[in-house]
Amino acid sequence: MKELICITCPKGCHLKVDEETFAVTGNSCPRGAVYGANELRNPVRVVTSTVVLESESFRRLPVKTDRAIPKAKMFEVMAEIAKVRVHAPVRVGDVLIANVAGTDGNVVATRSVKE
Amino acid sequence: MTKAELVIIGGGPAGLAAALSAWESGVKDILILERDRQAGGILNQCIHNGFGLHYFKEELTGPEYAGRFIEMLRGTDVRVRTDTMVLDLTADRILHTVSPEHGYEAIRAGAIVLAMGCRERTRGAISIPGARCSGVFTAGAAQRFLNIEGYMVGKRVVILGSGDIGLIMARRMTLEGAKVLACVELMPYSGGLNRNIVQCLNDFDIPLYLSHTVTDVRGKDRLEQVTVSKVDENRRPIPGTEMVFDCDTLLLSVGLLPENELSRQAGVEIDPRTNGPRVWENCETSIPGVFACGNVLHVHDLVDYVTAESMRAGEAAAKFIQAGGETGDGVELQNGDGVGYTVPQHFRRDVSDKLQIFFRVRRIYRDAFISVYDGERRIARFKREHMAPGEMENITIPAMFLKHITGGPLTVRIEED
Amino acid sequence: MIYDVLVVGCGVVGAACAYSLSRYDLRVGILEASNDVANGTTKANSAIVHAGYDPLPGTAMAKFNVLGNAMMPDLCRRLDVPFSGCGSLVLSLAPEDDAELQKLYAQGEANGVPGQRLLSAAETLALEPNVNPDVRSALYAPSGGIVNPWELCYAMAETAVRNGADLHLESPVTAIEKSEAGYRLTTPKGVFEARFVLNCAGVAADRIAAMIGDESFRIQPTKGEYFLLDKSEGKRVGRVIFQCPTKAGKGVLVAPTVHGNLIVGPDAAPCAPEDTANTPAGMAYVRTSALRSVPSINFRENIRNFAGVRANSDHPDFILGESRAAKGFFHLAGIRSPGLTAAPALGEEAVRWLREAGLALTEKANFRDGRRRIRFHELSDEEKNELIRQDPRYGRVICRCETVTEGEIVAALHTPIPPTTVNGVKRRVGAGMGRCQGGFCGPRVQEIIARELGMDQTEVLMDWPGTWVLCGETKGGASHDEG
Repeated sequence: MKELICITCPKGCHLKVDEETFAVTGNSCPRGAVYGANELRNPVRVVTSTVVLESESFRRLPVKTDRAIPKAKMFEVMAEIAKVRVHAPVRVGDVLIANVAGTDGNVVATRSVKE
Repeated sequence: MTKAELVIIGGGPAGLAAALSAWESGVKDILILERDRQAGGILNQCIHNGFGLHYFKEELTGPEYAGRFIEMLRGTDVRVRTDTMVLDLTADRILHTVSPEHGYEAIRAGAIVLAMGCRERTRGAISIPGARCSGVFTAGAAQRFLNIEGYMVGKRVVILGSGDIGLIMARRMTLEGAKVLACVELMPYSGGLNRNIVQCLNDFDIPLYLSHTVTDVRGKDRLEQVTVSKVDENRRPIPGTEMVFDCDTLLLSVGLLPENELSRQAGVEIDPRTNGPRVWENCETSIPGVFACGNVLHVHDLVDYVTAESMRAGEAAAKFIQAGGETGDGVELQNGDGVGYTVPQHFRRDVSDKLQIFFRVRRIYRDAFISVYDGERRIARFKREHMAPGEMENITIPAMFLKHITGGPLTVRIEED
Repeated sequence: MIYDVLVVGCGVVGAACAYSLSRYDLRVGILEASNDVANGTTKANSAIVHAGYDPLPGTAMAKFNVLGNAMMPDLCRRLDVPFSGCGSLVLSLAPEDDAELQKLYAQGEANGVPGQRLLSAAETLALEPNVNPDVRSALYAPSGGIVNPWELCYAMAETAVRNGADLHLESPVTAIEKSEAGYRLTTPKGVFEARFVLNCAGVAADRIAAMIGDESFRIQPTKGEYFLLDKSEGKRVGRVIFQCPTKAGKGVLVAPTVHGNLIVGPDAAPCAPEDTANTPAGMAYVRTSALRSVPSINFRENIRNFAGVRANSDHPDFILGESRAAKGFFHLAGIRSPGLTAAPALGEEAVRWLREAGLALTEKANFRDGRRRIRFHELSDEEKNELIRQDPRYGRVICRCETVTEGEIVAALHTPIPPTTVNGVKRRVGAGMGRCQGGFCGPRVQEIIARELGMDQTEVLMDWPGTWVLCGETKGGASHDEG
């Protein structure tokens, strides 16, 4: 059994999830069951970080993955992000790395910098 | 003297939202004064996501959330003056400002919105014993170094306090290659959101020590060790429970304090419970025409609530400019059992359609009621499955419920039965 | 080159010696172990200008306390050092204190303390309404005061350097040998030779003495812990409030600071020379004792704890004068309270010794005394505007709590003794001294230091050597292991 804290609402139910059947106990609503099963089947996270920015005003540009990527790939994604250098101008939403680490997610700028 | 209809002190999420709503309410001469080099406030360094679920119905990062408001203001004539510090504020709404571009300048404002935000409690505020070595940072300062400047403050980290900034920094430091050894919380519960406990600590197997605190800091030059001890129910360290962590960095996430030095200078009445101004239901302070919103009023945990509150403040400031001040009988609000404070602290009985009250509970409650009493008479009751001090609560009382109150203070309290 | 005089240690005593010597046509060198001056006891003490009733009559402590006290107002005016002659009160809080007050009064009379008088309880409370209402009487000394101790040290050391003294930082003396001219002092930064040596090494003074075979005294480092409270508590008292000294020590004081804060402390505990850690017991003692004097202190407004190490010694008095073991080698050692007050007078005294020892003293024709620094927040509106017109950096407030501008920080970084650390800047201009303790301005101060001094930001330290702040850049930027 895997123990988890449910994050779908502030109650924070302590869930127990069967690692083979993905059956969830300890939840107080159906959303908790879905969350618990997903966390074991295919846990995903949005990764946010910064990349080196060549600009007059800032040294770093904030970025994120534009979708949740597999949790197990977080550090692989970070390694890809570390290789990027961006030159201003850049606009929020600009794709800086497409299909990062084979996750189908893109790393995008989360801020616009003019110069 | 320079004049402006509405001056907003602070260009963070509160100031930006107040400006936008005042503009939409018809005020055309709006000036935002921002001390930093750019608008956006603390959101600029909060590069993680999770902002905007209420307001934009999508998950944004801090810079994206701020960027949307800055973008919306581009379509208006609202002026944002950055690199500008307000040195003094007087009760007759004169602001003494200084900036490299405009020098020293006094500005007379028709109305003012205070939106200066908050600051972090420091090592001194909680008198952590031990050496005066380097390596002890407030979590927010470390966050600025990491996310804005691009520097790491250390490699082996202990975090004191499980507030959201501390939790977020645990993940950020880990992703950037540091080893976070522990997150230590004085209280028996975390001050942060569950989501952050799970995704910032549990995801990286970082232990959370509840009912523990840092009892010693060692290091001749740079931090070398911290001692963590369990505390008893009176929050006093229990001898014999010490754990020693070899680390080079201690991050403090031990609370936020509204920054009301300017408000005090002007003579705005401050509520010792919130450390923010005492306000009416429209965010007006004890000085007519001076409004307050966001973290300068009380510390929020969701920027979406800051936005909503600031929209109300901006709208009220606009009404003040256009139609003059509100009058009418005031009714005091007070906090009863289990409630730490209320915002607003008082309201006018002829409140238009509803009264929204924000507060924090003093401990964790399950299946409890928020009750509002007029003397002995309960006028409203709200059920909550779960309440925690880390999560701001709010209730909305329809105006019709307030029609027949006696005029004495209303009390908000928590009832379990 | 052979120096006429080498001053070992640049705390307030060493700086006072260098300042007094810099009036004369001499080659003066200063060797400081740390990376900045004022980095030991001088930066962590009560910041009090004592009136002079504490030391026993006839002691050097009594003499130089009263002399230094009299010099202080004019010296601080000349060197632009914050000083306030706010006066001091010693409270009698118990029947046994009454005799002690009488004794202090008599000592004050013998020592020549001007204007002191005993006050009734009512008079005391009229002066200081927030002291313990059970106060019985008090000794009032109008010549007591407060000063910024590190700025006094900077001002004197800067003036010495501006007038030709050589300051060698990060130069702890590791060996001393007799030379033909006088003495040769070895440091990691080189070997320095001088005809005369002044030992102003504070808590290290006995180790310096031992290097020339003088083991006539031992320093007993004694730690004192403090609270520094926010300016919201700064008006709790208007004068320095002492308790009666007891067998346990001089007792805890409560005083305003020249910055407008409230300082509370110290206790006294033997310690290692570099031990500036705060302890739960020390802090609890200071808090409890202070509340006896001023019950209404709100310790929730505390912004910083710190501890200072005093150079107490096994002698009851300051250790002053030529070493018996080494001609031309002079001690200014065991300088604890009232050392800060005495320092300017001790500097003058050292000059007298050297003259008597045969050093020819010719006054410099072009001695440049005096020093000014801009304190933006003290300027009038017109002056602020004019200054910003000349240099827009004075319009950029970096430290919001203390209203310190970029212009002031840049100016400090180009003084004769430029700070190279975040706390060095803090002590020069006050940035980071306020209620947020550098939480907001720390990163920006660090950036300005790096820019102005041509350093990498990761090289900028918090304070003394080894106190690194940043361990490297993210994303494979330049990263160096701090080892």
